[in-house]
Amino acid sequence: MSDPTETTGTNGTGGAAEAAGPTKAPGGGTGGRHVRVVLVDDHRMFRTGVQAEIGQTEQTGVEVVGEAADVDQAVTVITATRPEVVLLDVHLPGGGGVEVLRRCAPLMSDAEQPVRFLALSVSDAAEDVIGVIRGGARGYVTKTITGTDLVDSIFRVQEGDAVFSPRLAGFVLDAFASTDAPPVDEDLDRLTQREREVLRLIARGYAYKEIAKQLFISVKTVESHVSAVLRKLQLSNRHELTRWATARRLV
Amino acid sequence: MPGTGARVTIVGMPEAAAVPLVEPRPPRKLYRSSDGRWLGGVARGLAGHLGLPVVWVRLVFAGLFMADGLGALLYAAFWFFVPLGVGGVGDQKPPALVGTETAPDGRRRLVARKPDKGQIVALLLMVVVAMVFVGNVNLGSGAKAYLLPAVLVGAGVALVWRQADNARRARWVEVGRRRRTLTLLRAGAGVLLVTAGVSGIFVLQGSAAHLGSVLQAALAVLVGITLLAGPYLVRMTQDLSEERLMRIRAQERAEVAAHVHDSVLHTLTLIQRNAENAGEVRRLARAQERDLRTWLYRPEGTGKEEADEPTTVADAVRRNAAEVEDKHGVPIEVVVVGDCPLDEGVGAQMQAAREAMVNAAKYGGEGGAVQVYAEVEGRTVFVSVRDRGPGFDLDSIPADRMGVRESIIGRMERHGGTARLRAVPGGGTEVELEMERAEKTS
Repeated sequence: MSDPTETTGTNGTGGAAEAAGPTKAPGGGTGGRHVRVVLVDDHRMFRTGVQAEIGQTEQTGVEVVGEAADVDQAVTVITATRPEVVLLDVHLPGGGGVEVLRRCAPLMSDAEQPVRFLALSVSDAAEDVIGVIRGGARGYVTKTITGTDLVDSIFRVQEGDAVFSPRLAGFVLDAFASTDAPPVDEDLDRLTQREREVLRLIARGYAYKEIAKQLFISVKTVESHVSAVLRKLQLSNRHELTRWATARRLV
Repeated sequence: MPGTGARVTIVGMPEAAAVPLVEPRPPRKLYRSSDGRWLGGVARGLAGHLGLPVVWVRLVFAGLFMADGLGALLYAAFWFFVPLGVGGVGDQKPPALVGTETAPDGRRRLVARKPDKGQIVALLLMVVVAMVFVGNVNLGSGAKAYLLPAVLVGAGVALVWRQADNARRARWVEVGRRRRTLTLLRAGAGVLLVTAGVSGIFVLQGSAAHLGSVLQAALAVLVGITLLAGPYLVRMTQDLSEERLMRIRAQERAEVAAHVHDSVLHTLTLIQRNAENAGEVRRLARAQERDLRTWLYRPEGTGKEEADEPTTVADAVRRNAAEVEDKHGVPIEVVVVGDCPLDEGVGAQMQAAREAMVNAAKYGGEGGAVQVYAEVEGRTVFVSVRDRGPGFDLDSIPADRMGVRESIIGRMERHGGTARLRAVPGGGTEVELEMERAEKTS
């Protein structure tokens, strides 16, 4: 395991890149996109792998500005580097990804430059997924994801959209479908017909672009639907989710 | 009496070499029955053990009661020494009992719960016998007065002891938490009865005048003992529960270790042997991953012993996908929403879905993982199987190729469902299967 000094700001250009900031870096074939990312995962092998896959800034537009292996390191590194996106593992020594989310909550709601979290985990158990999403992560992808898809997801999250893996969409559908009782607050607790449709297509493995074509709407609309679902999931009333979790013996 | 295992003499062998036909079964142990008992379940347990009707045993006890109360003593002794078994709930009793020797009657009643005529008769008899006993026994007028307090004490003791039995039973059979007040009430009533009985004896002994001071002294002693021994007792129970917790944890860890050892090491060995065969390595790794996942994330944590045939939609879809994945070496991602039991139509749908998965793996596998999505919503069961292969046009397939037409479309239509094939916008094929569930299921 590496010590914090080593992990903070791996490529040293962090400060410079921040100065370059939102002015779109003149990257190669990335259409001028640029995003600063921190990797949080307790397996060094995995961090190295991800770094190798997405870290070529000229090609992908992704710049890994920091790595961390546990909760304390993560909070330190994230506060110090202020990345735009954090790739967060769910299972971490020191309290897990949920703890990182809890301690970074002020950074997430920062108006100037919010830090956004994308959970990247090997686990696709329902309690992990729902846990980090409720903690404020903007998306959830499993580690089987390909490099290009991951880069795509990172940019999506950076732009403020939600990224759902098919499995996550399945969990959400399940959570909302199993509650047939009349909801307390229509807006928050119910998914609209359209949102359901979008989620179903995600669960069936469609990409956002394909969903847009299928439903004759724009990709932006798809994204706003997905974001709405995420918002509902974070705010949906506790009672319902608890009931859902107990029914599955998650708590 | 026990151990009368049938013996078989094998022709051509000396008599001495005769072997028991049945495996020497575990020695039959006597348990008290917790089902349908009146007091301690002794009679029931004995009846089950001996293979006699319960009534007989009860009658014998009642009869023995006449012999200077021997029956009661015997009963109490049994109650004290024989552990409680779960009659008909657990399999504490040897299953070999069923159908053997004399009367299966006793056994059957053991399992049954509702009171039968025999019980009522025996109860009446017991009351009568007790009355006769009380009337006839020559106790002397002085001793007779002690009878009521003695009965009180007996009833209280019985109440409390049964309570203890229930607490023990609760470990095997989950008893609702609502019963807790009832439990406390019963314990309280028992203690009250015993106290009343004992006080009664004191009063009768003529030491009524001293009763107050005696009670005071007793109370003082009790308080003293509690103060002295209390901390030790608390500590002991805490240690005990902690130890139990540790043991459970150790057991669980051992189970995980055993599983990991068994399957993961085995797979790793296979992978080392097949290192140059990429496809095989991938298949092994995937199978292992799936196995470990079900084992780790299954709600009950008992994913090891599965029934032979899947009984629900989620189960069937996952099983089919796993099998196809293993056979064709193409990753299949499964998402299931909702669940319901299988019926005939849905079963056919599962078959069709499997066929679709096979097709997708065979012809569309090189484009990436096959995605399977199943949803149960209300009465409708929907399954979609989608690949990212080159795509395919049903009309361009020669009429003699029956795979899709018969196994998927035909099968669905025969059972009243629908099947649709269509090209996916991004390339690839998607098969959508829809079926209504049968009426009777809830």
